[in-house]
Amino acid sequence: MTNFLQQVVSGLASGGIYGALALALVLIHRATGVINFAQGEMATFSTYILWTLTQNHGWPYWPALAVTLAISFAGGFGVHQLVVRPVERGSVLRVVIVTIGLLLLINGAMTWIWSGEVRSVHSPFPTRTIDMGGVAISIQDLGTIGVSIGVVILLGLFFRFTKVGLALRAAATNPAEARLVGVRVPLLLGVGWGLATMLGAIAGALTAPTVFLDPNMMQAVLIYAFAAAVLGGIDSPVGAVVGGLLLGVGLNLLGTYVNFVGADLRLPAALSVILAVLLFRPAGLFGHRVVKRV
Amino acid sequence: MTALLVLEGVEARYGPVRALRGVTLEVGEGEIVAVLGANGAGKTTTLRAVSGTVRRSGSIKLAGRALSGGPEAVAKAGIAHVPEGRGTFAELTVTENLRLGAYTRRGKIDADVERMAAWFPWLIERGDQQAGTLSGGEQQMLALARALMSRPRLLMLDEPSLGLAPLVVREIFRIVRELNEQEGLAVLVVEQDARIALAAAHRAYVLEVGEVAVTGTSAELRENESVRKSYLGY
Ligand SMILES: Nc1ncnc2c1ncn2[C@@H]1O[C@H](COP(=O)(O)OP(=O)(O)OP(=O)(O)O)[C@@H](O)[C@H]1O
Ligand SMILES: [Mg+2]
Repeated sequence: MTNFLQQVVSGLASGGIYGALALALVLIHRATGVINFAQGEMATFSTYILWTLTQNHGWPYWPALAVTLAISFAGGFGVHQLVVRPVERGSVLRVVIVTIGLLLLINGAMTWIWSGEVRSVHSPFPTRTIDMGGVAISIQDLGTIGVSIGVVILLGLFFRFTKVGLALRAAATNPAEARLVGVRVPLLLGVGWGLATMLGAIAGALTAPTVFLDPNMMQAVLIYAFAAAVLGGIDSPVGAVVGGLLLGVGLNLLGTYVNFVGADLRLPAALSVILAVLLFRPAGLFGHRVVKRV
Repeated sequence: MTALLVLEGVEARYGPVRALRGVTLEVGEGEIVAVLGANGAGKTTTLRAVSGTVRRSGSIKLAGRALSGGPEAVAKAGIAHVPEGRGTFAELTVTENLRLGAYTRRGKIDADVERMAAWFPWLIERGDQQAGTLSGGEQQMLALARALMSRPRLLMLDEPSLGLAPLVVREIFRIVRELNEQEGLAVLVVEQDARIALAAAHRAYVLEVGEVAVTGTSAELRENESVRKSYLGY
């Protein structure tokens, strides 16, 4: 039983990360109709910035994270304006190729700038465990869960209650009408890319302490994030997060209690989730059909 | 009467299709002007030329200043365009639609939401309803309210009567007329239903294949033989 609870908590921690990156995918998909295959590499790039600031320049963690987030926002905004915007209204294939090209480009750039060596990034949370009713739970896991859920709530509040958040939703769902009320749609969609890239940076910063930082760090996480997004419904922000948490816990329990599913079978298991959802419930758990009266 | 909106020799095309072939028209301050015409005459395109959602040439001026640039700039300049098919944000709530209407403005908008509630009392209690689930008439009213939230200098309506019951159409035109009388709101309204449009408007233009064929006061047009035959049906 203790083991079970520990597995659930650590599953929620990795699930929170999947959920954050899945949310980034969903944000971008809703804003611009693009599946961003470069989301993982962009997150890794952000994490390298964090590493450079903390390790090379000796910055304390939190200011370094804040600056990393700001740079990530600007980077995401720039990628949208320069690379995505020219192709986003074109064919799906073109957009896919552009984001895959971006993936390769960023990956190459990281190897070139920081070399392929593995680096380690500290966690802002202590690695101690605390005892909760006989269950030893790592503070790192709790911190990760807290941060990912906190970020998602903040983002939800932003979309619901701020003028920019509202304009972004309008721009994403109905660009022509949004322009008529004065929303500068391309600018706002760039903001969407910026926010998604910030989310990715957070996912990267949360991932790095448990693995090592190298240019391919987020590739597996991206697959889990895809699975989470598909599971939750690619257009549902809530679905992305719930999908991430379900997937994290599910994979952990599967690895613990089903003998033949070891660490190497986590990815295939995630891929089967994608496949199964696409086959049997393409809209995902929370995907909704738009209600419209004609 | 001082001119608010002035179009001179405005042309617009969709690829090879010439939709406007030199339209000249004017809306004065505090005036309601109707644009009539058959299907495909270029009524919608005239409004789109003003709001910059179609490529246009010729001169378009609002209060003496040239309107150029896209719809964002035109909205900012003070023109609220309710497009054909209403153009509400179906996935957003009624209140969110209203808030978006005031997007170009700074400062408090609560007072304006209340002002809209005075015109459309049901808006407040339906505040959290998704706009896409409103009835056609309610959506048209929401579109109107949203346009008014920007406190426009000029309101442009594209076929507000389309697909609505006569009672609802009358209600909409009554509100437009009252806004005009009480607040001096200038309106450029496109309509196929010439009867109701001429009843509400001070003046009107009749478009035929992208050009102004007839213009005059509403009373004059009602007396005009060919307008009567073609658009009023008696
Ligand atoms: N998106 C478009 N692409 C190509 N041609 C178009 C487009 N929109 C309009 N047109 C053409 O431009 C001309 C004017 O169209 P417009 O929509 O302005 O007419 P309208 O007077 O509003 O007609 P209706 O009463 O049917 O709404 C028509 O010949 C139409 O076929
Ligand atoms: Mg039309």
